[in-house]
Order: sequence, then structure tokens, then C-alpha cells
Amino acid sequence: MSVDYSKDMVLFDRNPELVELEELISKPIDTRPSKKYFIALAITSTMLLIGVIAAGITFYYGIGTWGNNQTIAWGFGITNFVFWVGIAHAGTLISAILFLLRQRWRNAIARFAEAMTIFAVMCAGIFPIIHLGRPWLAGYLFPYPNSMNIWPNFFSPLDWDVFAVSTYMTVSILFWYLGLIPDFATLRDKTTSKIKKIVYSFFSLGWRHSNRHWRDYEKAYMIFAGLATPLVLSVHTVVSFDFAAAIVPGWHSTIFPPYFVAGAIFSGFAMVVTVLIVVRKIFDMENIITVNHLDKMNKIILLTGSMVGYAYLMEVFISWYSGVPTEQYVAINRAFGDYAWAYWIMVSCNTLFPQFFWSRKIRRSIPAMFVIVILVNVGMWFERYVIIVSSLQRDFLPSSWTYFTPSIIDLGILLGSFGLFFTMILMFTRTLPVVSMSEIKAVVEGAQPSHHGGAN
Amino acid sequence: MARSDKLYSVAAIFDKPDGIIHAAEKVKDAGYKQFDVNTSYPIHGMDNAMGLSSSKVGYVTLAAGLFGGTFILLFMWWTLAESYPLFIGGKPFFSLPAFFPITFETSILFGAVATFIALITVFFKLPYNNHPLHDTNYMKRVSVDKYGIYILAEDEKFDKDEIIELFKSLGASSIELIYLPKEEKYGMLQPKFMLFLLVVIVGISGATYFTLNKLMYMTPFNWMEYQDKSNPQESSLFFADKRSMRTPVEGTVARGFIPYPYKGIAYPKEVLSNPTLPSKEILKLGKEKYLTFCSPCHGDYGEGTSRLNGQFPTGPTQHSDKVRNYKDGMLYHIITNGQNSMPAYDKQISRKERWAIVDYIRVLQRAKNAKKSDLVEIKKESSTNGQ
Ligand code: HEC
Repeated sequence: MSVDYSKDMVLFDRNPELVELEELISKPIDTRPSKKYFIALAITSTMLLIGVIAAGITFYYGIGTWGNNQTIAWGFGITNFVFWVGIAHAGTLISAILFLLRQRWRNAIARFAEAMTIFAVMCAGIFPIIHLGRPWLAGYLFPYPNSMNIWPNFFSPLDWDVFAVSTYMTVSILFWYLGLIPDFATLRDKTTSKIKKIVYSFFSLGWRHSNRHWRDYEKAYMIFAGLATPLVLSVHTVVSFDFAAAIVPGWHSTIFPPYFVAGAIFSGFAMVVTVLIVVRKIFDMENIITVNHLDKMNKIILLTGSMVGYAYLMEVFISWYSGVPTEQYVAINRAFGDYAWAYWIMVSCNTLFPQFFWSRKIRRSIPAMFVIVILVNVGMWFERYVIIVSSLQRDFLPSSWTYFTPSIIDLGILLGSFGLFFTMILMFTRTLPVVSMSEIKAVVEGAQPSHHGGAN
Repeated sequence: MARSDKLYSVAAIFDKPDGIIHAAEKVKDAGYKQFDVNTSYPIHGMDNAMGLSSSKVGYVTLAAGLFGGTFILLFMWWTLAESYPLFIGGKPFFSLPAFFPITFETSILFGAVATFIALITVFFKLPYNNHPLHDTNYMKRVSVDKYGIYILAEDEKFDKDEIIELFKSLGASSIELIYLPKEEKYGMLQPKFMLFLLVVIVGISGATYFTLNKLMYMTPFNWMEYQDKSNPQESSLFFADKRSMRTPVEGTVARGFIPYPYKGIAYPKEVLSNPTLPSKEILKLGKEKYLTFCSPCHGDYGEGTSRLNGQFPTGPTQHSDKVRNYKDGMLYHIITNGQNSMPAYDKQISRKERWAIVDYIRVLQRAKNAKKSDLVEIKKESSTNGQ
């Protein structure tokens, strides 16, 4: 591969020694965590526990404990699902698409973003399953010759979802693990603890940093990036089909796939920035995950945020232009009906506040961007809420029009999903190198031969 | 790892990437084949320096991806159009556009998984945790920040001193001799291993037993067996008579109910006349219902051969002169009203089905009392039909 490694390096005052980099990256793994870490873990695991209890109540008493009703059958469950799948997409974008685009600055944040992808998909995957009410029957979604000899309905976008999300999960985990193998090997050779050595040996599979392996490894890494790129676009497209393929006014729209993909990247980057701001502070990695990185991600947030804003406008325009009274009614009902409050939270958080990122100063100011990305997270959750709830609320049958009020169990499960996500992030930061050592070493100054004359 | 005294390779460490590239080129040029370079990250230009061809992993991905896509497409065609044709929303059984998303996802899935598996097992030959290089000083250093190269003792041109000289001349910062590890043997019957097996066996069988015999019968896994509702025959504390089943209000008439004029009369003077014609369809229905409701007591052919082994009075034969001379309406009456110890069947069997049974009994009777002349008739029919 011919890759230009000379641009957008890691920022250090002077050229770092490779050992230093490694020490810095593996420090959180090798040292005892501070009190702050345990406080954070206590908070997130409490949230997780609340979620587990709420889910347990759901399983025991059934879906009736949720706020869902006959008209709004999707409620929180699917809102959260789409939200978390969206979050996941940023990780793949960073690790795969930016890799293919030769954006070398991604090396510092790719590992972390991929981890977020996996955790977010896990959070997302939970929701359709608990939404079944009897989650242990989820196996019927997969095609296998059951006793009725009947097969899944492959025409249904909900079944496409099963394939899309599970493929996404599998590919993300493999991609992530592939990147981790050399790092496990390095940790294995560094550690002095006997147990750690066994664990790292197991996961490193006996990797030897052999160049005969690196050759295939790099090729495979590129192939994975190449596979993950169309995959990530397809996953949210398929998720949007869940809506677009239905005839519910407000859902039945061809703009949904691109609109959803842009929204996914938007919310995902907001989440990555949110978490990175905290992590780089706690683990003293300001030199590896620099303001330059955050600046670049903020630019992507600005871009995708504007795309989402354009989609909002288009939706309204199309419903007017279609001349279909039901469509027009839905658009008006969204903006001025029962859910006007949610709609305007969504519009302002997603299209208004990211516009501040036009200013370079705000893009590089940690507190300002922290506030904005949090607002984007909120806004993007409400986007899914608005799409699902406000469209279902007023369907074709006026006698079944109703209002959705989440139950305490709904809120508990939502809280729990955040708990799960952050607990896993916290555990990840302490058990695995949050920055890919082999990738970051490859891009520091002087890491590559000065005269690779004949090199491809 | 304990080492034997058999030499595995001679290894050298370099401090700078330039040095290792240069060394790799020289080693290749010197004609060594069995050598490798170890660096903690891929060094660019190294493949050329070592004279490696480009990687072949891509072919695996391509083949597996194409296979996955074709397979799932055929699979969806087979399941939804062949094995169990499902009619969904007026779409054709095989509808290509609707199958695209899954075909696409599965191609990617197969491509990725196959690439990964092939990469690890075929290309890398991993896992390989007892490789001679592990746990050497050499490995520990190249794993962090140094650049290493080693030449195997298996190489045709291998000569220890010559190689050490070569490495020195290339500017290696240190040189290490790596010996093969001592062979270690593990017996099958070690107590630790047996204990492990035991734990696995007990664990798996215990979990299986618990799942199949206990867990499946606990809320909420018990298929909603226990619900806040009354089941038939259950007692209920709510009603004064403690019965959960309620009797209908007096005078309630079931839907489609037509009163039977001779209800409760044994041997009525007059009976209904048969409204059905013994068509093929009616006889088929009659046979089915006769075999269901009547045969346990009267026998499959109405010969009074009960299957009840004396637990209930055997139903008499249907072929007695008495029964043969009964009017259709009389047979209908016996089914509808019962007779002595034979219960009434008007609750279980619909009107049409009762008449069908009557027609079928007539068939049985006719068949039991066939005459020689019938054979002629049958022969005539089969000769015209069959040839
Ligand atoms: C539970 C056993 C039982 C079943 C089932 C049963 N029967 Fe009977 N059936 C009897 C017995 C016993 C008698 C003799 C009653 C009596 O003493 O008059 C009888 C009598 C009759 C008779 C009168 C025969 C005679 O010689 O007087 C007819 C006809 C008849 N059954 C038809 C039927 C038909 C048709 C059915 C199916 C709908 C049926 N039975 C089902 C037990 C049964």
C-alpha cells in the first residue's frame, strides 16, 4: 500500500520515543485506577442495574408494563434501538471509511471508536429483543427448519434488520479484534504478571509481529475496511426501511435512507466526541488524542448536522408538494401538534446548535463543544422519538388517536442502556489499549524508513 | 520455556527502521530463504526488501463473498418459493428486489468471516503460543520498539558464524542465538485434566436438566400457562356456586340451532326424511365422522366389534335386519337422541354430519350384503373405466 504517513501526526512537543508512547497507552491497564474511576463505575453500574431490574420486570409481567399502546406500538423500544444503532455508525466510519480515505489522524481514535461501535450495537440489539416481550423466543427470527416447517418472511424489513445488525456486529467485532491482536502481543511481552501473561497470550494467539504476517494483515485490514464501508451504509439504510417500507404517513418516504445515514453519523460523532473529551482528560492522552482530532470531528458534525437540517426541510417540502392531505397533516401535526415540544427540541439541537461549529474557536474549545455535542445527542434521540411517535400517534383511524406517555419502566430501560454503554466503555479503558499501539507507532515521526526507495 | 541445545535461529536487533530495511535487503541478496523480520508495526517498503509477493487474502474474501450471496439468494428462493410457498402482500414468491438487502448483508458476512478465519489459520498459522521465538529477549524487544531479523537453522545456507558476521557488518545492535524449547509432554490422565472434564460434564448435564425440567416451567418461561383467567372445569371463588363455567341464561338458543321435534322420544312414530343425496363428498364426510364417533363402540365396519374391551356395553351390529329396515330418519333419531345406554350425539356432531353418517351406514350395509350380481356390475364399470 502506498500511504502517506507524513501528514497529521500525533502532536508532541518533541519526537516521542516509541517506548514512551507505549507506556502512555498501556498506563491505564497497568496501574491501579484512581478513585474517580471507581466513582464513575459506581454510577454507571447503578444505571445498568436499574436497567436490568426494569428489563426483568418487563420479562416477568410482560410488555404491558411499558407505555406502548395499540396505536403507538413501537414507543421507546424502537426509538432506543435506532438511536443506538446510529451511535454505532461513527465508529465504523472512523475506523473504515477514514482509513480508506487515508485520513491518518484516525489512527489515534479508531480503536476507541470501534469499541464504541460494538458497545452501541450491543445496546441497540437489546431493544428489538426485549421488545418481543419473551426475548428467549428471538431465535425464531433466524431461518432454521422449525417444527412448523415455516421460514422467516424474507420480504420484511424487520427480517432484513436481523441480518443487517447481526452482520454489522460480527464484522465490527472481527475488525476490532484483528486490530487488537498485535497489541495483545505487545502487552504479552511487556507484562510481568503471570495471569495477565496467560490472558494476553491467549488473545494474541501467539502473534510474532512477523513481517510475513504483516503483509497479509495489512491487506486483510484493508479488505475489512472495504467491507465495513458499504456495510455501515447499508445497516442504517435497512433500519430506515423499517419505516420507509410501511405505509404510515410520515414514514413512507424515499428520503429516509440517506437522511438516516447522515443522522447516524451525526449522532455517532457527537457521542465519540463526548466520550473522548472525558477519556483523554482522565488518562492524560491529550497528546495522542489532540484538539486537532476533535476539531476534525466537529467539522464532520457540522457537515452531517447540516445534512440532517436539509432533510428536515425536505420532509416538510415534500409533504406540501405531494398534495396528499394526510402527508400534509402529519407534517403540520409534527411541528404544531401534541409533540411540537419534541419536534422543536429536535430541530434546535440538531440544526441550530451545530452551526456554531463554523467558528474555529468554538470548534477547538473543549467546554463549548462538550455542550454542543451533548445537545446533539439529545436532539438525535428526539429525532427518532418524533419520527416514531408523532407519526403513529395520528394514523388513518381517528378513533385510535392517542398520546404516548412512557412508563417508569421505559425510562429505567433507557437509563440502563446508557449504563451498559458507559460501564463497558469504562471497563474497556482499563482492560485494553484504548489507542492502537501498532497503528500509532507507525505514524510517529521517524517510524518509517527515510529512503524506502523501491517501496511500492 | 526451558530450552534444549538445538539451535533454532540466529537473530539480530536493529535500532532504526532504515537499518532493518537495509538488513533485510542484504540478507535476501545473500541468498537466504528462511528468514523473517519482526517489527511491532508494519514497516513500509519491507515487503519489497524481503522479496515478498503481494498478499493473496483477497481471493478468499471474493470467493467466500460470492458464495455467501449466491447461497442465501438460492436459500430464500427455496424457502419462500419451494419448500413452503408463502404468499405475502401479493408479491411474487421469488421477488428479487426484496431479497437484495439480505443477499448483500450475507455476502459481506461470509466474506468477512472467511477472511478472518483464513487469515488466522491458513495465512498466519495461529494460534501458535509455543513458537520458539516466544519468551526470548529478542521477542520482548521487537514487540516494543526494536526491529529484528532472524535466519532459521533450517536454511540451506545456514552457517552460524557466517551469519553473525553478516549481522555485525550490517550494524546490528545486538545478536541473539535462539534455541528450540524442550519438548514437553502432557499425559491424558492427569488429575487436573480429569477434574476439568468432570466439571464440564456435571456443569453441562446439570444446566441441561435444569433448563428442560425446571426452567421451562417457571414464570415467565412457561408459555403463559398461568394467567388471571378461569379455565374450563376450574373452581372459582367469585361465583356462589364455585364454578368458573357459567350456564347460559335460560332460554338461550345457540346460533344456527334448529329444534329437533322428536327429542326425548324413544322409538318415535314418525321420523324425519333424509335431506341429503349420497354423493361422493357426503360419503367421504360420513366415513370420516363414523370412524371418529361411532367406530369405538360399533366397530370400523359396523359389525359390533367394539374396541372398548368391555368397559362399556358393546354397540350392536348395524347389519341386523332390524337396523337395515330402519328408515334413514330412525338412524338419525338414534344418533341425535341416543337410545338406552347409547348417548346422544347431537352436541358433538352437526346435522349435516349426522345425515352423512346415516348415508355411510347405508353404504356399509350394502357392502356387507353384496350379491353376486354386484360383481357383474363392478366388472362392467372397471372394464369401461380401466381400459
Ligand atoms: C359409547 C358407545 C357407542 C357409541 C360411540 C355409539 N353407539 Fe350406537 N349403540 C351403542 C349401544 C350400547 C347400543 C345399544 C343400545 C340399546 O341397548 O338400545 C347402540 C345402538 C345403536 C343403534 C341401534 C342398534 C339396534 O340394534 O337397535 C344404532 C343404529 C347406533 N347405535 C348407531 C350409532 C351411530 C351411528 C353412532 C355414531 C354416531 C353410534 N351408534 C355410536 C353404543 C354406542
